[in-house]
Amino acid sequence: MCVVEVKGARKLMAACATPVSDGMEVLTESDRVINARREILRLLIANHDLRCLTCERNGDCRLQDYCYRYKVEDTPYKGEVIEYPIDTNNPFFIRDYSKCIRCGKCVTVCAEINGAYVYDFMHRGFETKVTSAYDDTLQETTCTFCGMCVNVCPVAALVEKSTLWAGRPWEIKKVTTTCPYCGVGCQLKLKVKDNRIIGVAADRSGPNLGDLCSKGQFGWDYVHSPDRLTDPLVKRNGKFIKVSWDEALNYVAARFKDILNEWGGRAFAGLSSAKCTNEENYLFQKFMRSILQTNNIDHCARL
Amino acid sequence: MTNSINEILETDVILVIGSNTTEAHPVTGYRIRQAVQNGKKLIVADPRKIELVKYADLWLRHRPGTDIALLNGLAHVILRDDLWDKQFVAERSEGFEEFKKTVAKYTPERVAEITGVEAGLIEQAARMYGKAEKATIIYAMGITQHASGTHNVMAVANLAILTGNVGRPGTGVDPLRGQNNVQGACDMGCLPNYYPSYQPVDDPHVQSNFERFWQAKLPQEVGLTVTEMTDAARQGKIKCMYIMGENPVLSDPDGNRVVEALQALEFLVVQDIFLTETAQLAEVVLPAVTFAEKNGTFTNTERRIQLVRKAIDTTSSAKPDWQIIIELAQKMGHFWQYPGGPEQIMEEIARCAPLYGGISHHRLEKGGIHWPCPTPGHPGTAYLHADGFARGKGKFHSVEHVPPAEEPDEEYPLLLITGRMLYHFHTGTMSRRSHLEELRSEELAMMHPQDAEAYGIKDKDRIVVESRRGKVTTRVQVTDFVPPGSIFMTFHFKETPTNVLTIASTDPICKIPELKVCAVKIRVPFPGQARRHPESFSCH
Ligand code: SF4
Ligand code: SF4
Ligand code: SF4
Repeated sequence: MCVVEVKGARKLMAACATPVSDGMEVLTESDRVINARREILRLLIANHDLRCLTCERNGDCRLQDYCYRYKVEDTPYKGEVIEYPIDTNNPFFIRDYSKCIRCGKCVTVCAEINGAYVYDFMHRGFETKVTSAYDDTLQETTCTFCGMCVNVCPVAALVEKSTLWAGRPWEIKKVTTTCPYCGVGCQLKLKVKDNRIIGVAADRSGPNLGDLCSKGQFGWDYVHSPDRLTDPLVKRNGKFIKVSWDEALNYVAARFKDILNEWGGRAFAGLSSAKCTNEENYLFQKFMRSILQTNNIDHCARL
Repeated sequence: MTNSINEILETDVILVIGSNTTEAHPVTGYRIRQAVQNGKKLIVADPRKIELVKYADLWLRHRPGTDIALLNGLAHVILRDDLWDKQFVAERSEGFEEFKKTVAKYTPERVAEITGVEAGLIEQAARMYGKAEKATIIYAMGITQHASGTHNVMAVANLAILTGNVGRPGTGVDPLRGQNNVQGACDMGCLPNYYPSYQPVDDPHVQSNFERFWQAKLPQEVGLTVTEMTDAARQGKIKCMYIMGENPVLSDPDGNRVVEALQALEFLVVQDIFLTETAQLAEVVLPAVTFAEKNGTFTNTERRIQLVRKAIDTTSSAKPDWQIIIELAQKMGHFWQYPGGPEQIMEEIARCAPLYGGISHHRLEKGGIHWPCPTPGHPGTAYLHADGFARGKGKFHSVEHVPPAEEPDEEYPLLLITGRMLYHFHTGTMSRRSHLEELRSEELAMMHPQDAEAYGIKDKDRIVVESRRGKVTTRVQVTDFVPPGSIFMTFHFKETPTNVLTIASTDPICKIPELKVCAVKIRVPFPGQARRHPESFSCH
């Protein structure tokens, strides 16, 4: 798709592989270019699983986008279509090569950014397939499940399992936020549908320039864990009982006051969290210092 | 970090010491590897055969706990071979003469003896780092979590000052912070000796400013650190603890003592998203919400303040931590009002924390900002010390090698090293409740093939690991990732609470516990397995 016309050159050139030179005149949307692109698109869809109706990328697919832009409705090349079984073996994403357009983006990101070199082009011509060595499941390769290949895939060949049948692209809200795991502070987009997170998309605005690791990409489902605490708990006779917020906070405040009156600030200590926000950490130390009268405040930075 | 993450791509030589970057800070790991791919030089100093060793030009496998000797040795060669930055040292540093005297003693031969790294390799590394136009040093908990942690950090800084690798893009000294907002928690004054923005609590002037600002009387004396708190609680001096979002039972050293300490309290309140091992010991547990359910900011390891945006509503009665604290303050009879929520709290922070003076949520909408950012018009600071150090001049600190607090002996012949792995995080409260659990769901203590053979242990065998403080059971992975004589374990798995083994002996200056190394012995539950007596091989 990156073909361009260079004035004076006989053939169309691949933009990604042609160095610019002084005085070079490049046409990016000439008739010749457009015709070549339409031809490429016709060839691509000739060997593509075109069940767009229920495809997860319907409406968010580069193949659809370009077919629309260059008015390619169908293909004259009706012939053999290779159907590959869908690989669902890893916990995080499916690999559906009947939808792969062999753009090589996954190969590049995996090799050049992650350094895992999981994918490559196999076979030739019509049979070309982009996959792991020997078509192995990713657990058997050097894959670190960073998910970057999923994020760069322009079509539905690589899709997060959590988004399957979970919503159409236009129903999904994307919220840019900061990864809750390590100190790199990667920016990412949470995909949200019906008040549930269903996946993560790349965001290029932060220090990570769109790159992520397995924790940021796939480590979010604890948010919806059934183990989450839902109500304040107070221990009575060794057992936790659910109580209302009012009851819990009144009780805590009363005990804090008693201890403060009896022993003073030195009897208190507080541990704040490197997982909480700056605003929360600020209020926490303000609470310990100005109300509980102690500087005994620390957190696990040392650990 | 003095410099920002992507500057790694601009540097010429990268020295990584005590950081398994590709596992603990994966995206930073990608950058290091990309830099190497672009022809930059990489020196890795680590006892473990970490992933980055594959890409390194030089690998210095020094014995755990000998970082200072190694770093001083590098400085020695740089001075001897005249590779130091004389102008920079003359104009922008102090303490050079004494430093020179100290490192004079660290000849490559002597350092080789202490560290186990060949003298020739030390010379090569020193020349590679010393000759670089731009060089950066990256380190993490492998450097700080030692009884000599503060000195380790100084030894790192010495090397950067000596070669003038400070205050320019692509240079610097870059500690990698473990948890996502460790930097922010420190900036906000969640430390026993500092108010927000590192203003000392024992400075009367600062104190009276905060008394006016918060309209409250404030305590005079510097507080206790987390390890000191444990002791004070055991002695009954601390009666009450309020713990927000931490799980010290698993994350702190000498876990059994932590449990004792928490049990000795009169009153323990824990605020968290899960009923953690620590929360189970509490009298009151307050349910908080995750990052996806609240607004606020995190500050990353390169001092970049970035927004956390609410993506979903909480479906239970759990509340954001900031709201719980405000309501608790009100119940205590204090007039705390923040109708504007986190955005308004940040306005208050900006007024009392000079490093954050120019920060507002509104500004951050357009992208993260590096502190120091003193005024609303200030663009932020991607690399520090461009025109001088915070304290005027960069100070050389003369630091000496001290052996670790607990070294292997006859009874406990192996060295335990602790750390993180890629798929899990900290005490596993979050990551283990996600699909990441499917990739790895249990501890695998790593052992060198040589040791495994001596003990008659095979891959996946179950062993008991015992220190002077406690014991745990774990399965084994036989690998040359670790040097002979040591084993490596994480603290992600509550079934194998590694920190019951570790030692609470702390760095005398900044009180970071020596989590990285301690002495252990191992037992094979089925004694018939052992072929050779464990004491019959030595370790250093
Ligand atoms: S998940 Fe990451 S490591 Fe695995 S194949 Fe994709 S890009 Fe490569
Ligand atoms: S990125 Fe997607 S479409 Fe492109 S080669 Fe990889 S799997 Fe195929
Ligand atoms: S995505 Fe990975 S590297 Fe980035 S902040 Fe999260 S845990 Fe760290």
